[in-house]
Amino acid sequence: MSLNLERNSKWMEGSGPQADIVISSRIRLARNLKGMPFPNLMNEAQEVKVIRQVGQAIRAPGVFQAVGELRLQTLRELSPVERQILVEKHLISPDLAEGKGEKAVVLRDDEAISIMVNEEDHLRLQCLLPALMLHEAWRLADAADDALENELDFAFDQERGYLTACPTNVGTGLRASTMLHLPALVLTKQAGQVLTALTKVGVAVRGLYGEGTEAQGNIFQVSNQITLGRSEEEIINNLSAVTVRLADQEREARELLRKQNRWQLEDRVGRAYGILTNARILSSQEALQLLSDVRLGVEMKILRGLDQRLINQLMVRIQPAYLQFTAGKEMTPFERDVRRAAMVRELLAG
Amino acid sequence: MLCERCQERPASVHVTRIINGDKTELYLCQECAREMQPQLNFSIPKFLAGLLDYEPGLEVKAPPAGERCRECGLSYEQFHQTGRLGCPDCYHYLAARLDPLIRRIQGSSQHRGKVPRRAGGNLRVRREIERLRAQLQQLVEQEEFEKAAQVRDRIRDLENRLGEQGGGQ
Ligand SMILES: [Zn+2]
Ligand SMILES: [Zn+2]
Repeated sequence: MSLNLERNSKWMEGSGPQADIVISSRIRLARNLKGMPFPNLMNEAQEVKVIRQVGQAIRAPGVFQAVGELRLQTLRELSPVERQILVEKHLISPDLAEGKGEKAVVLRDDEAISIMVNEEDHLRLQCLLPALMLHEAWRLADAADDALENELDFAFDQERGYLTACPTNVGTGLRASTMLHLPALVLTKQAGQVLTALTKVGVAVRGLYGEGTEAQGNIFQVSNQITLGRSEEEIINNLSAVTVRLADQEREARELLRKQNRWQLEDRVGRAYGILTNARILSSQEALQLLSDVRLGVEMKILRGLDQRLINQLMVRIQPAYLQFTAGKEMTPFERDVRRAAMVRELLAG
Repeated sequence: MLCERCQERPASVHVTRIINGDKTELYLCQECAREMQPQLNFSIPKFLAGLLDYEPGLEVKAPPAGERCRECGLSYEQFHQTGRLGCPDCYHYLAARLDPLIRRIQGSSQHRGKVPRRAGGNLRVRREIERLRAQLQQLVEQEEFEKAAQVRDRIRDLENRLGEQGGGQ
């Protein structure tokens, strides 16, 4: 296996504009090949053909010049745990990891670029960067898309734009999203209200781990709803503006907490840190909630000597597949809880 | 009329579902209606497809026509069930029913974003001409005739280029 699953992804760096609240920015482009059914109707031979064509395209000199070296990995060659790690690092979707048939993922070394092959569309090109860097992520995705388009014939229609398996993606095929940590909005009970308001300006909101579920660790993902009739820049500008506005709202809520509930706030952060550095058994849900409190402490400079990068790494490392991978064996949920606690203690003390 | 679900038995039940304030109507046979009962829950593709029934000016009471994509064979009814199209050509062959749906979901039916260099060489030129025409209009209104003349010449150049290439795709 050519993947180095233990390395940190670019998005975990934890630095950049609005990094105190915005964890990462992602651009996804849906692209399909002309003259080929969409993945839901493809047979195995066609799936293999698409993977082969993408594999050839990424080795073209033009692609290398545009975005550097990309490597293709078929999912068949990965164990279930290895696939799950790619999900936990937000590099592929659960659908791609669990799906039947011939599928592949293309990765750049720093994991800032990933391409899912044979997910809902033939190609789902993703660029994932830390903090609020949507424009940078778009420039990278655009460059990769241009270079790939030199090698592959994408299905495109003058009226309808890029043609996709689901009409909700047609047009630009662009889904831009940002991941935000909004604990103060949740604590001050404003989150629901603020996030509902967003849906009225063409922005969709969901909790990070699973659609429709409660946001775990107070992390929310916001993304554009419309993909047709607006240019990529308009979509990205709108989402950037919404993200900045949300971050401002969160900062206001934090200042309010600092003024009105300073001791409760510092107590909460301190207790979270105390539990994380002393617990012997930690479920992933508890760990995520405590990490959210510690992150808030770091972001509000209540806790010193810790940085966002470490918290981002911990958020990935506490996940079930990653834990089992680094342990080198399958574990029961209880064994995982014990190992998770040990790992968190060690990294936070380090 | 046949049942919209199984396409086999005659439809005898008219089911109206209201999900988040949006109404979906289905014509089902007795058996399918019974089977559907417990799973009348929310599904995004169906929800989207259901929006079509609300398109003003569309005759929703008519039974689904049997159009199919001539490339992959997908019928509109199959799309209605899964929310997924079969191939890029579905957009062409199922356009009569898809386009209103797309307008409904997206609020627009005209792509204004990126155009691939290869597939859209002429389209790129046409977009530029559109932009210049708007500019020309503005310049004329502002009585900036000298600048307007330059823009007009640029438009002619571009139009000639399109003409030489045959003006087609
Ligand atoms: Zn039936
Ligand atoms: Zn088709």
